[in-house]
Amino acid sequence: MTAVLETRGLGKRYRRRWALSDCTLDVPSGRVVGLVGPNGAGKTTLLHMATGLLRPTTGTIHVLGAPPPATPAQLDQVGFVAQDTPTYAGLNVADHLRLGAHLNRNWDARLASDRIERLGLDRAQRAGKLSGGQRAQLALTLAIAKRPELLILDEPVASLDPLARREFLQSLMEAVADQELSVVLSSHLVADLERVCDYLIVLVASKVQVAGDVDRLLATHHLLTGARRHPVTLPEGQQVISASHTDKQTTLIMRTDGPIHDPAWTVSAVGLEDLVLAYMSRNAPGPRPALEVQR
Amino acid sequence: MTWLTWRQFRAQTAVTAAALAVLAIVLLITGLQLSHTFDTTVIGCRARGDCTGVINALQRQDTALQDLTRLLMYVVPAVIGLFWGAPLLARELETGTYRLAWTQGVTRSRWFAVKLVLIGLATVATAGLLSLMVTWWWSPLERVATDRITPGEFSQSGIVIIGYAAFAFALGVTAGLLVRRTLPAMAITLAIFVGVQLAMPFLIRPHLITPVRTVSALKVANVKSVSIVGGGGGGTLSVGAAPNIPGSSGAWIYSEQVTTASGSTDLGPAPAQCGPNSGYNACQAAIARMHLRVVATYQPASRYWALQWYETAIYLAAALVLAGLCWWWVRRRVT
Amino acid sequence: MIEFHLDARSGVAPYLQLIHQVRQALRLGVLAEGDQMPTVKDVVGRLAINPNTVLKAYRELEYEGLVAARPGIGTFVTGTLGDGSPAALRPLRQELRRWLTKARRTGLDDESIEALFVDTFRSAKPDEPEEDIA
Repeated sequence: MTAVLETRGLGKRYRRRWALSDCTLDVPSGRVVGLVGPNGAGKTTLLHMATGLLRPTTGTIHVLGAPPPATPAQLDQVGFVAQDTPTYAGLNVADHLRLGAHLNRNWDARLASDRIERLGLDRAQRAGKLSGGQRAQLALTLAIAKRPELLILDEPVASLDPLARREFLQSLMEAVADQELSVVLSSHLVADLERVCDYLIVLVASKVQVAGDVDRLLATHHLLTGARRHPVTLPEGQQVISASHTDKQTTLIMRTDGPIHDPAWTVSAVGLEDLVLAYMSRNAPGPRPALEVQR
Repeated sequence: MTWLTWRQFRAQTAVTAAALAVLAIVLLITGLQLSHTFDTTVIGCRARGDCTGVINALQRQDTALQDLTRLLMYVVPAVIGLFWGAPLLARELETGTYRLAWTQGVTRSRWFAVKLVLIGLATVATAGLLSLMVTWWWSPLERVATDRITPGEFSQSGIVIIGYAAFAFALGVTAGLLVRRTLPAMAITLAIFVGVQLAMPFLIRPHLITPVRTVSALKVANVKSVSIVGGGGGGTLSVGAAPNIPGSSGAWIYSEQVTTASGSTDLGPAPAQCGPNSGYNACQAAIARMHLRVVATYQPASRYWALQWYETAIYLAAALVLAGLCWWWVRRRVT
Repeated sequence: MIEFHLDARSGVAPYLQLIHQVRQALRLGVLAEGDQMPTVKDVVGRLAINPNTVLKAYRELEYEGLVAARPGIGTFVTGTLGDGSPAALRPLRQELRRWLTKARRTGLDDESIEALFVDTFRSAKPDEPEEDIA
């Protein structure tokens, strides 16, 4: 299966700060990929480089086999919904559809029209007067109706209320089922992504912490609890992601490909949210007061 | 892409078309009246001997419109630069809609090129139409006061306004690209454009064509003023004279100086006849005996169109260079 | 047609929940042989989950012989589970209703009834000799 997004040592620097560094990814096609990380971690930077809106400082990036922004052909194959779903406030819904039709070769007018009908959007309504959820759906329609192979969305539901959020994701999943799209979706909330993603990339402090199929990630990460052991050492092949200690107990989130033989540990599964949080807390900037759970 | 440019520019097109239409009607009606006045009163005024009177009367007709059209010729290029040029890129970058526009099926460079060319053409068309209307309306007045080559009048007529408008537009686009915010871009465009417009008649236009230099004998009749610089018993003489320029008046005079027969600008001490107690006629006679000369540097009125073409070409070239720079930048860098 | 729902907090993988709900439906007679399963598109459009999850569940059900996919037409129920016909279940349902009425008459609230049932259900072994229910 060809990689839909491939990067090697990708980095982007703004003046003195590296917004993204040393990013190496191989994202397979046919997945719904979640890109998760705290604000400022570099998610938007990565996605903007994937859509050709930014040029890398170092490293390479290939989207559907070509470095962006390549030809109009590649622009046709990739659909993008930017953060806060920008639309032209002065243009109405029908105008936006016409925009899509004029600027995209593979525009499916029937699909766009049906979606707008089903969503109940008023064609004569100016985009500036739509609610946040409606604007997001309009932007999604524009991206889907051009029949791309890859759909990239930058925090599309961050500023939506729960109902609009659910409707957006329903809409998105329907399109994925219908058109066999690959999707890359970023968010700083894991809960948004848990239901829909089957591949996860965790981006914290401008670096990729972990990336892989969700099933595999859940299978290789474990929660270990046991008597207090500080500092923690684990056998080779096992890696501590995060550790917390009370006076009597140590709790670890760790990662391993093989089985765990140490009987002193109680092993249980880690939820996706806890997994991501473990990676995020590992890279928390600056000293943070340790929040220890007193049991 | 053509459709999108048109759709985003629709409001400006409508406003401009309406304004031009209204102006056209007003100018047509009043212009015909002006022409009529000219034809009936000024033609043949020499035979009747009332030229001064009728010319004054003509020049007092529709002064409000005279002022308005002059104002428009100054202001329209700047307005185009500010409202058509500056927002072109700045608006998209500021509101973030470039993230929508540049991820459709057309490349950035094509998106930009189409917008630049189409709105650029609209700029040229608007400026051209305005110039046509205003120049036609002014033609009777031009024929009675033919000083259109002088700096005060030069930019109000002819085709230079097309150059000004194109340049202001390209300047606006560039400012919008570099500053990325509409209002500051508009301010910068205005500041630079005004600066260039003020500098042009002084720094560049005088050198576009080598001016004519004449040396002629000072005729007493042309003496405008006599004064003595430096008080006390004897001071240096200073004489102001109107230059005697062959052909019609209305030339653009760079400088005129009174010199001695040998060419020196120091005229020496004032003759005794020009002291405080002497009569004017005696002074004049004394000056005539000094055989002074007048050296004048000027552009004759006949060079009006040559200057117009040169200046327009310079502004258009500058506009093209800026546009090319912007296009290259959009293609290669921007974000 | 069966309508799925998802409990995000149950800790059970979504595809397993879907399979479980299909089995449940088959047992209760909500789904019968020949019924059409909702399309993947319909399911994800309602639940906002990854289509691969639904595909995985349907594949598993097909492997177990409970459903079969007919390309171009849809996925249909082909098997049954136990004696799940509504007819066989009716008397059991009636007995259960009678028991519930009795339990309520003794003054138990809903939570206590549920706790009693769950506790008995969990501790009862399948081969226990039947007691007469008085």
